[in-house]
Amino acid sequence: MINKRVASPAEAVADVFDGATVMIGGFGEAGSPIELIHALIDQGASDLTVVSNNTGSGEVGLAALLKERRVSKVVCSFPRTANSTVFPELYRAGFTELELVPQGTLAERIRAGGAGVPAFYTPTAVGTPLGEGKELRTINGREYLLEFGLTADFALVKGRVADSYGNVVYNKTARNFGPLMAMAARTAIVQAEHVVEPGDLDPEMIITPGIFVERVVEIAAPAHESELVAAGVSYP
Amino acid sequence: MNEASAARGRTREQMAQRLAIDIPNGAYVNLGIGIPELVAKFVPEGRTLIYHTENGLLGMGPSPAEGKGDPELINAGKRQVTANPGAAYFHHADSFAMIRGGHLDLSVLGALQIAQNGDLANWSTGAPDAIPAVGGAMDLVAGVKNVYVITQHTTKTGEPKLVETCDYPLTGQGVVNRIYTDLAVIDVTPDGFRVVELSPGIEFETVEQRTGAPLLPALEEAKAS
Repeated sequence: MINKRVASPAEAVADVFDGATVMIGGFGEAGSPIELIHALIDQGASDLTVVSNNTGSGEVGLAALLKERRVSKVVCSFPRTANSTVFPELYRAGFTELELVPQGTLAERIRAGGAGVPAFYTPTAVGTPLGEGKELRTINGREYLLEFGLTADFALVKGRVADSYGNVVYNKTARNFGPLMAMAARTAIVQAEHVVEPGDLDPEMIITPGIFVERVVEIAAPAHESELVAAGVSYP
Repeated sequence: MNEASAARGRTREQMAQRLAIDIPNGAYVNLGIGIPELVAKFVPEGRTLIYHTENGLLGMGPSPAEGKGDPELINAGKRQVTANPGAAYFHHADSFAMIRGGHLDLSVLGALQIAQNGDLANWSTGAPDAIPAVGGAMDLVAGVKNVYVITQHTTKTGEPKLVETCDYPLTGQGVVNRIYTDLAVIDVTPDGFRVVELSPGIEFETVEQRTGAPLLPALEEAKAS
C-alpha cells in the first residue's frame, strides 16, 4: 500500500543534509510552508542553497532560516520586501550569496528541471545585466539567451488538501511555485491542512499528481507569516 | 492661472485616467505596482478588462472589504485582493507562459528612465549598496504585446526621465510603445519620441525642455482627428 503520510514536520525534514539544495514555495507569505521551514530550523541542516521567489519577512519562516545562518546561497527573483531586514544584512555582510533570476525565468528553470529539459532559450533579460555572459542565439530574427533547468534535493511546499498518494490541491494564489518545485525536487515534501484518503480528491481537480510528491504531512491550522510578524514573533 | 500652475500638468490620478481611456474592452492587462495600479480605478463605463497578476491569478478584483481578506489571495505587490467571477488561478510557469508567450495585451509599468529607442530601465539604480531585486519586470517587457509606461516626466530633482540612452541598468531593449506623463502622452517611434497629445495647458516647448532627447511634435492628422 502506498502511504506518503508522515506524522510530523520534524519527521518530514529529518534527512535534509548539510549543503543540500532546498526549493521553498511561496510568493510573499502566500504558500510559504512556515511549519516545514521551522522544522528545518530545528533539524539543524546548514550550508543550504535555497531556491525561493523571496527571502521572507520579519524573523519567522524563511527569514528565520536565513537569520540562523543556515543558508549560504539564495536563488531568488525579489529578495527585498516590506519587513525584510534579515537577508539584506546577510547579503551585505557577504555571508549569503545571491543569484538573482527574473521571476518568469526562475519559474521556467524550475519547471524545466522537473520536466527533464536541461536548458532553454528565452527572450527575458536579453541586453540587460542579468543576461550578461549568457549564450545568445538568434531564432526567427529575435535574440534569445540560454538558461539552465534547476533541480533540488528537497522541496518544501504548502498545499491545501493532499491525499496519502501525494496528490495535491492548493489555495488561491498560494499555488505559485509549489507545483513546479514538487516536480523539480528529488524529495518533495508537502504540508496540507487536510490529508485525505485516495479517491477523496476528484482526479479532474488535482493540480500536482502524486508521482511528484514523496511526503505529505498534515498541518491543520498553518500560521500566516504576516500575523506572526505583526505579533512580533521571532523563531525559534 | 499663472504660468507655474499652468505647467503643472496632470496629477497621478489624471495620468492613470488618461491611460485607461486607451485600453480597449476585453483586454488582458497586467498593472505594475504604484501609479499603474491606479489605472483600474478609471476604466470607462461599459468596458471590462481582465487583470492578470503574475503570482497566479487572472480576473483579479479590487481589495477585499475590511476583515474579508485571505492572506493567500494577494497581488504581485503582496497586497490582499479579490477574485472576480470567471477568475482562474494557476502556477507560476503558466503565469509567465501568459506573459512570455505574448498572450497578454498590455503591461503598464513605472520607469526610472526610457530611452528614445524604447529601452526601459525600471528595476535598479545600480547603486552599489542596494539589494538587487527584479521580480517579473524583465519577463513582462520581453513578452507582452504592448508596454505602456506611466511616470512623472522628470525626477524629483528635475532630471529628464525620457533620455537618449539609459544610464541605469536596463529592464529590456526597445520594449516601450507609449509613455504617459504628467506633461504629455508620447509614442516611441522609429524616429524617436513623438508627442501624441499634450496635457491640458502644457506647451510643446515646456515638454521639449524637460525631455532629454529630441522630441517630435504631434502629427497634424492626429491633432485633427
